[in-house]
Amino acid sequence: MSGKLKIHVDQDKCQGHARCKSLAPELFNLDEYGNAHEVGDGTVPAGLEDKAWLAKSNCPEFAIEVTEE
Amino acid sequence: MSDSPPSYLPEHPPVQDWVNDFDHTDPRWTENPFPIWEELRAASPVVHTDRFLGCYMPTTYQAVKEISYDTEHFSSRRVIVRDVRPEITARAPPITSDPPEHKPAKQLLLPPFTPDAMKKLEPRVRAICNELIDEFIADGNCDAAARYTKHIPVRAIAHMLGIPEKDGDHFIRWIHGILELGIKDDDALMGAVREMTAYFAGHIEARKTKPTDDLITTLMNAKGPDGQPLEDGHVLGSLRLLLIAGIDTTWSAIGSSLWHLAKTPSDRERLAREPALIPTAVEEFLRAYSPVTMAREVIKETTISGCPVKANNMVLLSFPAANRDPAMFPDADKVVIDRKENRHAAFGLGIHRCVGSNLARMEMIVAIEEWLKRIPEFRLDPAGTVTWSEGTVRGPRQLPMLFGKA
Repeated sequence: MSGKLKIHVDQDKCQGHARCKSLAPELFNLDEYGNAHEVGDGTVPAGLEDKAWLAKSNCPEFAIEVTEE
Repeated sequence: MSDSPPSYLPEHPPVQDWVNDFDHTDPRWTENPFPIWEELRAASPVVHTDRFLGCYMPTTYQAVKEISYDTEHFSSRRVIVRDVRPEITARAPPITSDPPEHKPAKQLLLPPFTPDAMKKLEPRVRAICNELIDEFIADGNCDAAARYTKHIPVRAIAHMLGIPEKDGDHFIRWIHGILELGIKDDDALMGAVREMTAYFAGHIEARKTKPTDDLITTLMNAKGPDGQPLEDGHVLGSLRLLLIAGIDTTWSAIGSSLWHLAKTPSDRERLAREPALIPTAVEEFLRAYSPVTMAREVIKETTISGCPVKANNMVLLSFPAANRDPAMFPDADKVVIDRKENRHAAFGLGIHRCVGSNLARMEMIVAIEEWLKRIPEFRLDPAGTVTWSEGTVRGPRQLPMLFGKA
């Protein structure tokens, strides 16, 4: 098995544009200020890989990291 | 006697040399700024004009980003580029705040504007759109800027603040005085600020004896970083901000979107057929026709994209120009309604990200969805004229449309 993805939102960079939540609601939660956090430990469930990359490539603050394990 | 303005007011002669003497109030900029930005960007990542008592403009995405993230050299205390720079009297936190005051002021406003909060407001906005369409659909034509796009944000923000939707004409007049006339006419600006302040002071006073369930009461009950209630001046400033920032901007964004669809049948037909694509298309309309240009004031000399930047100049922080930079966006000058990668900066970058971005997006999506459901076929009226607002916020102010097949 290769290509298992993990996402992380850098809290110093996130400004709450919420693009990730709109594009990949399964992978991100918003807090009371609207800032984004990865769901759980950030492991991307199988089948949602494209959404993880889409969220990353639409973040205006470059706050989302996607790593392959 | 002559009709020319008094001699103490700076004049705005037509621009001959855009690169060294730009002027964002020149009628050619208002009408079609895109080729001008291309010319400026080809010349330098940062250009300067002696107009407006000295002002820079970053022309690339990279330069706009550097300035947006740099609160040490660039202050937000003045957020409109104007002919004059009088002492600051009317603050509007958090948009006019710098660190460390910025964060607590911003955090007060964030919870009411989250996507979840906007979902609760969405049915009211959908109803507003349909009430407006009911008023003109039978005519077979309308000025969409005057009869549709203008009223949606006015009524939505009035609903949130808890002020009468019917006071909308006053809001529009004050905003015109502050954002457009105010660039060159200090009396128009101060008059509008005074009227707006008095209006909100009345609403605050009324809530002291009779609290209501709305954003004004929420702000009145909010505590500052010192644990004390906010001063009335802070509440008034933030209310002015929400009204000013929440109306012209979204009015413009919805208007530009409908203008694009009216003159681009293939995009219009595709969105009518595939409404699920509307949120993606809205992001592209926000990129290609970003309504809002902000400003900063240089408070300390520095370098941006290799260009020296000196204190006491203003900066025209053009997110719209950044969003047209081909180094950041392939086919930057084309509107690609299914663009997959779109890190546009229409709502700003860094700590001053627009607090109302989730509201604006929801209003744009709902306004386009409801319009296309009821009026899937429409086009610009060839007998009419489209006009655009000047200065800080760009969007159609006259948008004559004909409905049905051509």
